[in-house]
Amino acid sequence: MTPAIEFCGVHKQFGTLEALKGVDLRVEPGEFFGLLGPNGAGKSTLIHVLAGLVRASSGTAKVMGHDVRSDYRAARRSLGMVPQELVYDPFFTVRETLQIQSGYYGVRGNAAWIDELLVGLDLVSKADTYTRMLSGGMKRRVLVAQALVHKPPVIVLDEPTAGVDVELRQNLWQFIRRLNAEGHTIMLTTHYLEEAEMLCSRIAMLKQGRIVALDTKQNLLNLITDKYVRLKLSAGALPPSLVARARPMEGDCFVLPLTDYTELEGMLRELRESGAVIEEVELIKPDLEEVFVQVMHRH
Amino acid sequence: MTSLATLFYKEVLRFYKVILQTVMAPIITALLYLLIFSHVLSEHVQVYPGVSYTAFLIPGLVMMSVLQNAFANSSSSLIQSKVTDNIVFVLLPPIAYWEFFLAYVAAAMVRGMVVGAGVFLVAMWFTEVPLQHPLWAFAFAFFGSAILGILGVIAGIWANQFDQLAGFQNFIIVPLTFLSGVFYSIHSLPEFWQTVSHFNPFFYMIDGFRYGFFGVSDVSPSVSLGVVLACGLVLSLATLQLLKSGYKLRY
Repeated sequence: MTPAIEFCGVHKQFGTLEALKGVDLRVEPGEFFGLLGPNGAGKSTLIHVLAGLVRASSGTAKVMGHDVRSDYRAARRSLGMVPQELVYDPFFTVRETLQIQSGYYGVRGNAAWIDELLVGLDLVSKADTYTRMLSGGMKRRVLVAQALVHKPPVIVLDEPTAGVDVELRQNLWQFIRRLNAEGHTIMLTTHYLEEAEMLCSRIAMLKQGRIVALDTKQNLLNLITDKYVRLKLSAGALPPSLVARARPMEGDCFVLPLTDYTELEGMLRELRESGAVIEEVELIKPDLEEVFVQVMHRH
Repeated sequence: MTSLATLFYKEVLRFYKVILQTVMAPIITALLYLLIFSHVLSEHVQVYPGVSYTAFLIPGLVMMSVLQNAFANSSSSLIQSKVTDNIVFVLLPPIAYWEFFLAYVAAAMVRGMVVGAGVFLVAMWFTEVPLQHPLWAFAFAFFGSAILGILGVIAGIWANQFDQLAGFQNFIIVPLTFLSGVFYSIHSLPEFWQTVSHFNPFFYMIDGFRYGFFGVSDVSPSVSLGVVLACGLVLSLATLQLLKSGYKLRY
């Protein structure tokens, strides 16, 4: 099957800075893919190469099999990109902005889809408002609508929830998830790792222009086998056998490592027998943030 | 072609939305020039026999308005889009570099000629101006506005900030326009400056345009049109190459 997104040996040099050092990546149609990395890792550069905003020094990038340089019209028609910056054209209303963007992609008679986008992104009441008058969150919604106005099969979101309130963030993800369920391929960069963990099925981690981890979310989470239980006692103390195993306290909570969750039962029994009274128990599972930190330290 | 038509429409709509600033204000400015210069000089200067100075001045002011506003349209639109980053809206879609070029230049021509027509219509209240060869006048307005629209594209792409664009406008465009014979015939200049004027392409635009009105010019209109077309061709090819290379637009 033709990949939705494909990078082959992509290098990018900005003067003396090598922003991308040979990136190979393939995203299949219908995937919800996460691209993670610290600031300056090259995430935005990579996305901009795909969108044609940055030209690779060497290597190729394709969208739905169309090369972004030699077959740029088909490649750009297949791609919708939500830029990271909160940009808008102050001269136009929301509806005008969407009509114009539609025309740029050669789509005529797009009023029905524009109306659907306005409804889906809760912009109906702002349709005839000038974009410069909108709040930051509303401007972000307009950017999403602009990226979707030509119904692209591939959607790239470059940190779309940066500085966005919780309600909008949830609405946005609900909308994007629906698009993914309808078959759109989604590529997401975000600094909110819990978002990537919640949404993405496969994840690549980028560091200093190189991919340092690329796997399914589950396989990445499995990289960390450590499990912990966090306990707060209202009376008594930890028995000596557990004190020896305990990690440094977090506030007034004890943190105890587990090799397996089945160990928990024995641990609680020991506590009961020693006279300790448990006020709170919390199991700490490995999360993507921990995986991210470990991967970044390893490379 | 929908992309090109949409970008052209957007550029025209952009200046139409601020018509007070983009069309009315330059018309008023040109009329102030007309009022002051014609009042001060009409009794003292007669450039062509039988043509009053006020009448002589009108085609020059019309063409100056056409040229300056054509330049202002493409250059200010591009620099604003670059500074505010909304240039991505035209870089992300499948718009070819030549469509980008044609849309910005065509919209600049529309603004230049709308302002020029406005100045002409209002100036007609002051004095009667013959329009002996309207096709010549139109040809120079058409190609002159195209050249300035192209220069506006170059300046808008080259400039990284408003200050640089203002430099381009104030140190290149305005002097070339003022020293091209808007307010005088170059025959009234010393020989040295007459020779220098012949190296100013703006001179041929204004001289040829004025020929359309009075049937008299400093240089044959065919020669002027040849110079204008040659300049237009060279600038078009250079700008198309600039856009194709992605200079300061695609990194």
